[in-house]
Amino acid sequence: MTDAILSIDSLTIDLPIGADRPHAVEDVSFDLNKGEILCVVGESGSGKSMTANALMGLLPDGVTVGKGRAMFDGKDVLTLPEAQKQAMRGARIGMIFQEPMTALNPLMRIGDQIAEVFAAHNLLSGSERRARALALVKEVGLPDPEKIIRAYPFQLSGGQRQRAMIAMALALEPEILIADEPTTALDVTTQAQILRLILALREKHGMAVMFITHDFGVVAEIADRVIVMRYGQIVEAGIAKQVLESPQHEYTRALLDAIPTGTVPELAPITTAPALEIRHLNKIYRTGGSPFRAAREVRAVNDVSLTIAKGEVVGLVGESGSGKSTLGRAVVRLVTPDSGQVLVGGVDMAALDENELRKQRHRVQMVFQDPYASLNPRHRILRTLSDGPMAKGVSKQQAHKRALDLLEIVGLGADAATRFPHEFSGGQRQRIGIARALAMDPELIIADEAVSALDVSIQAQVLELLADLRRQMGLSILFITHDLRVAAQVCDRIAVMQYGRLVEVGPVRDVFHAPKQAYTRELLAAVPGAGWAMEKEDATA
Amino acid sequence: MSLITTILGRLVKAAITLLAIAVLNFFLIHAAPGDPAAVLAGEAGAADPLFIAQLRERFGLDQPLYVQLWSYVKNVLTLDLGYSFRQGMPVYDLIAQRLPATLLLTLSSFVISLSLGIAFGVAAAARVGKASDSVLTTIALLFYATPLYWAALMAVLVFSVQLGWLPGFGYETVGSGYSGLARAWDILQHLILPALTLGLFFMAVYMRMTRASMLEVSQMDFVKTARAKGLSGPVIRRRHILRNALLPVVTLAGLQAGQLIGGAVLTETVFAWPGIGRLMFESLEARDYNTILGVFLVSAAMVIVFNILTDIVYRIVDPRIGAKS
Amino acid sequence: MTLWKRFATNRGAVIGLIILLCVIAIALLAPVIYPGGPWKMVQRPFLVPFTNGDLPLGTDTLGRDVAAGLVHGARVSLLVGLVSTVMALLIGVPLGALAGFYGGYVDEGAMRFTEFFQTIPNFALAIVLVAILEPTLGSITLAIAIVSWPPVARLVRAEVMSLKRREFVEAAHLAGLSNTRILVSEVLPNAISPIIVMASLMVATAILLESSLSFLGLGDPNIMSWGYMIGAARTVIRSAWWLSFMPGVAILLTVLALNLIGEGLNDAFNPHLKKGRT
Repeated sequence: MTDAILSIDSLTIDLPIGADRPHAVEDVSFDLNKGEILCVVGESGSGKSMTANALMGLLPDGVTVGKGRAMFDGKDVLTLPEAQKQAMRGARIGMIFQEPMTALNPLMRIGDQIAEVFAAHNLLSGSERRARALALVKEVGLPDPEKIIRAYPFQLSGGQRQRAMIAMALALEPEILIADEPTTALDVTTQAQILRLILALREKHGMAVMFITHDFGVVAEIADRVIVMRYGQIVEAGIAKQVLESPQHEYTRALLDAIPTGTVPELAPITTAPALEIRHLNKIYRTGGSPFRAAREVRAVNDVSLTIAKGEVVGLVGESGSGKSTLGRAVVRLVTPDSGQVLVGGVDMAALDENELRKQRHRVQMVFQDPYASLNPRHRILRTLSDGPMAKGVSKQQAHKRALDLLEIVGLGADAATRFPHEFSGGQRQRIGIARALAMDPELIIADEAVSALDVSIQAQVLELLADLRRQMGLSILFITHDLRVAAQVCDRIAVMQYGRLVEVGPVRDVFHAPKQAYTRELLAAVPGAGWAMEKEDATA
Repeated sequence: MSLITTILGRLVKAAITLLAIAVLNFFLIHAAPGDPAAVLAGEAGAADPLFIAQLRERFGLDQPLYVQLWSYVKNVLTLDLGYSFRQGMPVYDLIAQRLPATLLLTLSSFVISLSLGIAFGVAAAARVGKASDSVLTTIALLFYATPLYWAALMAVLVFSVQLGWLPGFGYETVGSGYSGLARAWDILQHLILPALTLGLFFMAVYMRMTRASMLEVSQMDFVKTARAKGLSGPVIRRRHILRNALLPVVTLAGLQAGQLIGGAVLTETVFAWPGIGRLMFESLEARDYNTILGVFLVSAAMVIVFNILTDIVYRIVDPRIGAKS
Repeated sequence: MTLWKRFATNRGAVIGLIILLCVIAIALLAPVIYPGGPWKMVQRPFLVPFTNGDLPLGTDTLGRDVAAGLVHGARVSLLVGLVSTVMALLIGVPLGALAGFYGGYVDEGAMRFTEFFQTIPNFALAIVLVAILEPTLGSITLAIAIVSWPPVARLVRAEVMSLKRREFVEAAHLAGLSNTRILVSEVLPNAISPIIVMASLMVATAILLESSLSFLGLGDPNIMSWGYMIGAARTVIRSAWWLSFMPGVAILLTVLALNLIGEGLNDAFNPHLKKGRT
């Protein structure tokens, strides 16, 4: 192609000796064309970020470019001397990162951090730099620009920080913008705004964008072309629409299939007997009270009532800070609500004293988010699965037998019992977490972002396991997630939370296809690739 | 919270701490074996029944314990730290006389150890893994393990006894009749060895901390951002890494100030430096508990003042504190 | 890699371990090597080292065998270092664990208490305590323990606070385990490695503190210690420098060994942090 601005030719990146594989990236070739948005998609460990870092000359210590070229403006950026790489960074290739919370210097004002880009390349005078910083802050749509440039990063929200990052990256109008999962850490509505911003800026400045993501929804939203990577190699490349509609490689197909589509499942037959009844639940957090200042109040859960029938799966969705996690934790009494009732099998969990609570704990169990923190690293799996039942009064023999059975049920096999958590992958640990919850024979399971930390293909497997278990055992589940697509896949009903309140509750089909509330509509519209998912659903239906 | 309310809060806390130390002192006197009056008078004072009787009356030792406690604390609050029979003057005057020498010593030591420690730490971090880094860290490790007083003795042996470069004894040349600049120069020469040897250990502490902190911060995301902007290595180190890396060092330095004042007892003993540390040592030999407790209280007060100062520095360096919530 | 293997790849830590084992062996065998004890006058005073085959390190100001003093001094250094550290752990670990685990007023109270002890200049407090309680091995050990526990309490509190929010601890609550059982069997075992590292560094600090107290004449008058030997030789530094030099080297080596071991343990416990440590 003639309009390629960056040409990568058989790039190989070597990992240090002793790593789990010799190359992070192996023999990768692709072009980035002028003004296009190229999405590089892959799961963790696919080498997509390493490729970007290699282009910027920002590889971690010990990781080196083994071979290959990356031609940009007639020069190979991989072999440029450090001084020239430095001159190129920021000026001709800009980059933004995943974690807006940590990517800005906490001790420096936003304006100074933007102005610094000009200083780094010896451009403009001090006052011109400030003026440009102000203009950039305006351009990326930050509110109250005069105030923002004097603010420190901790005073900005995640989305605002990401906008500030974009302002820095675009300060010198680079020809290429590398975006490394820039929206992964953001809420869905914020993510939608940032994606729109990147599209608008591309329109205006005409820079080429290399956008790294794990999310095909994002691809559907912004990509012109797409590259799919796995284990450091490109498995498929092509026009975004074509790859999405008719993927050639089986891995791409598997990834696309693994994406929850918003296909609404049939309503399961539901009995009317409730497994959980939440009545007028309230929880207020107070912070920072001291003799010198008043406490701040956050109504995390504000007069919430919700019922889950026996055998029903209810999805609780909302953005960060909506109070969905607090609600889940109040149901299991990891958080004690201020007022209201949580009835599980007729027992009000919210009203129990410490002693009674310990005896009733088994009624509600939780599957946690972080597979790496949810298992005690010093206990063998058998102990993890049998401590609870034994505390409940089950005999040791019985508890052990049940633990082995459960390991079979969740698909790990009984020989997993004698091993330690660090011997398992994230997905396997999540299975153990599910087995631990089941071991208590609970009347209700709270799944708190139980698949959010997993790669999409692993996520699909765990969701499938949950669906199976639900069919076999008639589980009642409160499924908490920020991801509407996941919720749509496993739930019977959806409850939407915002600012501590339940905004809308209804069967999945109703909520998805005929949302009653403005906020629900906003959330649905913000889901990346929403339109594409609908098409896909229609195609499969 | 504004700076003023913070300082006010800290002062209130400081007052409570000092009060608690006074109470602790009181109970220590009573914990000592023997008659509290005799304890306060010191062994030497035991020979003087009149003085003991005075003490007994002054502290109301026949009164209930809480009355005694109250009168003791009241005395301390009015800066009446008792009378040193041994030295023949009030403890407060004794300490006031000796305090400037200790302040000079500990402050110079603090400045030297902090500035050298940070400088060496930054240098070592910039050369991490290279030979010069190993040399610096090994030296720091040695200083870290060297007893303060022994380093002082060895410094006297080498630089004063053997080489004759610097005086190894006292605050100034006795009977020299120096004044003005000449006197300052004389004192400075006397100050070098004590200040350096007192600071060695702390220099090692600050250096290790700075090095570790620099390396940790250099792994952070915002440093990568700075590199992606095209900033040069030295600019990144100075503007982004160093400032963030110094925060924990400032905290540590504030906490370590207390140890510095404790260490002064040893250094002043070796160098016959006429400060409150030396006074404490002399009082130990004379079993002059009143003076020992007085010095203890004053050194705690010094630490508190120091902690307040570091708190203020910390707030100036880190915008997040105070502005938050 | 096992913990021991990771530890063994650290050259400094292995050297430290060898030095420490030697010092321990010497301390244990002291009564065998010098059954006469360190106090006996065996020769004329100020015998220069390496001039008499029977007394390789010479004699001190009172004609006592310096080598015997060094060998017996190792006992008190190690003993005080070890016992005071154990005592400090016994104060600091429970206090920090309760403060971190229960939070609220328990935490507030415990931390104010800890802060108070941290504000007091610790060597000065040790001096006051030993001076007032009369210098004995017991009071010295107690004084050192009293001034060294606050960092333990803070460390344990911080560890427990971060661990108690981990999901596996929450899972243990949901399993219906009692608070005590969760603290003892789920939380504390996961905080053990930083405590071990800190303990090894504390033994080193305690040895320095003990020697400093003895140097000031606050040692147990019936027990020979390295600090005492330096203190006693201080006034004759011009004529017999080796008398202060040798015990100092003994302290330096022992403390250095413990520091090296502490760092080696730290690196072995946290393999991913290794590069950033001195």
